[in-house]
Amino acid sequence: MIFPQSVDEQLKELKETLKLNKAQVEKLRKIAEKQYEKSLIDPGEAVGVVAAQSIGEPGTQLTLRTKWLAGAMEMTVTQGLPRMIEIFDAKREPSTPSMIVYLKPSYATSEKKVEDIAFKILEIKLDDVIKSIDVDLLRMRVEVELNPEILRKYHLTEKKIQKIISEEFKGYKITTGSYKINIKPKGEDVDIKQIYKLKVKLKGIHVGGIDGIKQVLPMKQGDRWIIKTAGSNLKDILRLPEVDIENTTTNNIFEVLSVFGVEAAREVIIEETLNVLNNQGIEVDPRHIMLVSDVMTYEGTIKGIGRYGVSGGKASVLARASFEVPLKHLFHAAVSAEVDNLTSVVENVMINQPIPVGTGIVNLKVKKEEEK
Amino acid sequence: MASKKSTKEEKPIDIFKSKLVPECRVLSEDEQREFMEKYNISKRQLPLILPSDPVVKALEAKVGDIIEFTRKNKIAGLSKYYRVVVGGIRG
Repeated sequence: MIFPQSVDEQLKELKETLKLNKAQVEKLRKIAEKQYEKSLIDPGEAVGVVAAQSIGEPGTQLTLRTKWLAGAMEMTVTQGLPRMIEIFDAKREPSTPSMIVYLKPSYATSEKKVEDIAFKILEIKLDDVIKSIDVDLLRMRVEVELNPEILRKYHLTEKKIQKIISEEFKGYKITTGSYKINIKPKGEDVDIKQIYKLKVKLKGIHVGGIDGIKQVLPMKQGDRWIIKTAGSNLKDILRLPEVDIENTTTNNIFEVLSVFGVEAAREVIIEETLNVLNNQGIEVDPRHIMLVSDVMTYEGTIKGIGRYGVSGGKASVLARASFEVPLKHLFHAAVSAEVDNLTSVVENVMINQPIPVGTGIVNLKVKKEEEK
Repeated sequence: MASKKSTKEEKPIDIFKSKLVPECRVLSEDEQREFMEKYNISKRQLPLILPSDPVVKALEAKVGDIIEFTRKNKIAGLSKYYRVVVGGIRG
């Protein structure tokens, strides 16, 4: 009998702590074997239904509220039922994307270093580093005044910003002074609308940091500093030399899918779901969630549980029709002459036949020997 | 701006460093046959993985290869999972 690794380890531990001799170990293994076989799931057991019930029942205890605040420093992350729905419906973007960025040990020791890196990650738009931005209607131009102190804080220089602006606004007349930049559209007849549009566009220019990271929060975890972020951009964050790839994660499952692949995405689905449940003090056996995540990632991408995901992809017409929008499926099946082989559960319930679950999964055929 | 930059640099991230990515390898042809005989299944019955998946790219697996993942979890310790690389335009 081959045990799973965890059972093997437990047996070894027992053997050492109780100082068992060979005969006793043999006996222990026999007992373990019996118990293990007893606790295995029987072939034909409807594990999907069991999983659905086991997640669904405690799920009724989840908070329906979307947001919660736990102090001003903490960032709000969607919790409870809304987050569960997000995960199982396979939403492309979570409503509150968030990352936990781990740093390599040499960077994660002092608060100062971590803060520097945090500011390097934070997305900075021109709007964040200016003292003022004005429209000069007389000379038909936009005047930007930079704030040198904030620039220093974000490790930016005046030159760098000038370069970014001149790259972004080619064909504009740009004049620069000490921490002042004036931009004027070229051409003779420039109307006011154009100037105001230019002002809005200028404010939104990306001047530093990583796209999509809207907030950073250095935190101490044990003796190691980590950075929590609002907004997520796994691909670009992992490219930074200071970041420890091993532990850094995001709650955006599709981002994990594109950077690390399906298996990693499956792992994140399990982790995120368990997180939501455990945060509310609900215990669900992880194996149920593992089953659900396996179904969701079966085809190599992430499919939601629902009409457009797993349930909509079923082979049987009747099974699909029984879930949602039955007429659409039935009409379509009629037009394209679909055949239902009645191999699964739902369709057999509908036509009042034994379902292939439990004892119904086996077909017995009697061999008639006397006929020969 | 940032997207332009990343296409220029485009140095691949070492995804196997992440704890999220389980250990994986491509089964050789003999192993494939052995594996399918052991469980009495065909490739069509296996879960899929797309050629565009970063793991497939990193392992340089071809369409039709079987990839073995060694998953870690708290309940079973280590467990094996298999996915077959599928072709096609989906995903």
